[in-house]
Amino acid sequence: MLSSIDSKSRPLVSLHDVGVRRSGRWLVRGVDFSVSRGEIVTLIGPNGSGKSTSAKAAIGVLKPDEGHVDRVADLKVGYVPQKLAIDWTLPLSVQRLMTLTGRLSERELAAALEAVGIAHLAKAEVQHLSGGEFQRALLARAIARKPDLLVLDEPVQGVDFNGEIALYDLIKSIRNSQGCGILLISHDLHVVMAATDTVVCLNGHVCCRGTPQAVSQSPEYVRLFGTRAAQSLAIYSHHHDHTHLPDGRVQHEDGSITDHCHAEDGHHHHEHGDHHHDHDDHDHDHGHHHGHDHAEGGRHV
Amino acid sequence: MTMTMVTITGTIMQREDVMFDDFFLRAIFAGVGLALTTGPLGCFIIWRRMAYFGDTISHSALLGVALSLLFQLNLTLSVFAVAALVSILLLFLQRRQALSADALLGILSHATLAIGLVIVAFMSWVRIDLIAFLFGDILAVSQSDIAVIWGGGIFVLAAIAWLWRPLLASTVNPELAEAEGLRPERAKLLFMLLMAVVIAIAMKIVGILLITALLIIPAATARRFAGTPETMAIFASLLGAVAVVGGLFGSLRYDTPSGPSIVVAALILFIVSLLPLVRRSGTPAAQQRGQSS
Repeated sequence: MLSSIDSKSRPLVSLHDVGVRRSGRWLVRGVDFSVSRGEIVTLIGPNGSGKSTSAKAAIGVLKPDEGHVDRVADLKVGYVPQKLAIDWTLPLSVQRLMTLTGRLSERELAAALEAVGIAHLAKAEVQHLSGGEFQRALLARAIARKPDLLVLDEPVQGVDFNGEIALYDLIKSIRNSQGCGILLISHDLHVVMAATDTVVCLNGHVCCRGTPQAVSQSPEYVRLFGTRAAQSLAIYSHHHDHTHLPDGRVQHEDGSITDHCHAEDGHHHHEHGDHHHDHDDHDHDHGHHHGHDHAEGGRHV
Repeated sequence: MTMTMVTITGTIMQREDVMFDDFFLRAIFAGVGLALTTGPLGCFIIWRRMAYFGDTISHSALLGVALSLLFQLNLTLSVFAVAALVSILLLFLQRRQALSADALLGILSHATLAIGLVIVAFMSWVRIDLIAFLFGDILAVSQSDIAVIWGGGIFVLAAIAWLWRPLLASTVNPELAEAEGLRPERAKLLFMLLMAVVIAIAMKIVGILLITALLIIPAATARRFAGTPETMAIFASLLGAVAVVGGLFGSLRYDTPSGPSIVVAALILFIVSLLPLVRRSGTPAAQQRGQSS
């Protein structure tokens, strides 16, 4: 992994062994990944696996409690947060939403709305948009400011299946035309995989990573998402929560079962011991082979 | 500022005579100045669901009054200091996320009020008129009071204009604002301090009830007519000013107390804004509903 970081162009952002802790509980630990210009990196994982937390640490909204985050100077971020509730009392048209964090020219504004296919909704109030329209508006807002790094937290929520494919195609074409790095967060794998260069699979720690193909065949992935998901990229189901733990302390306990999750944590000694080395090896495997492979393909074109 | 107002007062006086007494015009100037200031602040208060925060700061003002009497400090400064302190304390406690903001506000609001009253009770040599602080006496404002209201108001409005983008962006989503290079925490702190400034300069003059009412009611009224956050802020200021003028004329005509009359006038405007006949097809909300369907 490290070898790719040393390549000619510095990554826009890179996380080194990052951990974030809230009220005495580690939300994520030992997270390593980087995003370079022109690269689409997708964080996948179940609910509560620390995807949003890792992304927020990457863009500096959350300060890591351990490890560190390197960002290039004056990194311009475009962000689509996962949850965005706009109070009814705030009159906000799509047009006004576009210039929320910075000025735009009429042309830039129109072009961004055109790109996501909602030019006709420029004057509509955001509270009246459907889920899919609202996601498009948020995406338009984020790309209009021509960011170096686009961070999209569940960008297709509320979008129907066809719309989903169209949105991912759009995200890919944004990468191609603007050359920005894209950090994508998703818990649905089937479509996102097709539009991705590197997949980082999280479950309180980095389970596995690499090209979509490699990840979907890795044992960690299968354990996390179930065999059916591995057999076919088009099927996705959520089996793994129960695999690891039945109660609410998923991340914490999970943290213990891989190399990244530190033994001195002291939370977990039981039954995970066996998996431990297993995991360790696989993680290495994928990290080196596929991660690297991909880095060559994706980055040096 | 004062100079121009004095001359305006003078000219109107000559023309209109008897009915407009000097004190009445001063009340209008003071009230309109305050309403123009509270309009945009009030919009943020309702957008950010901070109405209870406004109440809490107002209650803490009574602690400021008590402390100013106890230590013989300037009333406005001591009210500001206490209000600012409570704001900062609230931000600090919120960050620890032990209790909901709502519960914290309830605790701070009543604690400051009670401590203020207890302190006053210990000072047997002082008698304060709580009613005066609650309702103020807008008819008793002096020209220097007007200067303070307009000077302070212009300062507060300029600060809000300067903070507008980060405040609005963080109202929509603080993490988005932070990720895209604005500083939402700083904007929030400064906004709370501006609230403290407004309450400090206006409490003695118009009373706590009137300030909080002028923060919330005109802004809520303006929502119906506004298509953008900016127009809503302007409408809130104007509607507040209309309520002040209407309320004062009403109090003159029906011999009712001036502060509460202004609040009632604001309330009437709000109720009128809710009536279906006001929702013409021309309002932005209705237009979009038509468009999207």
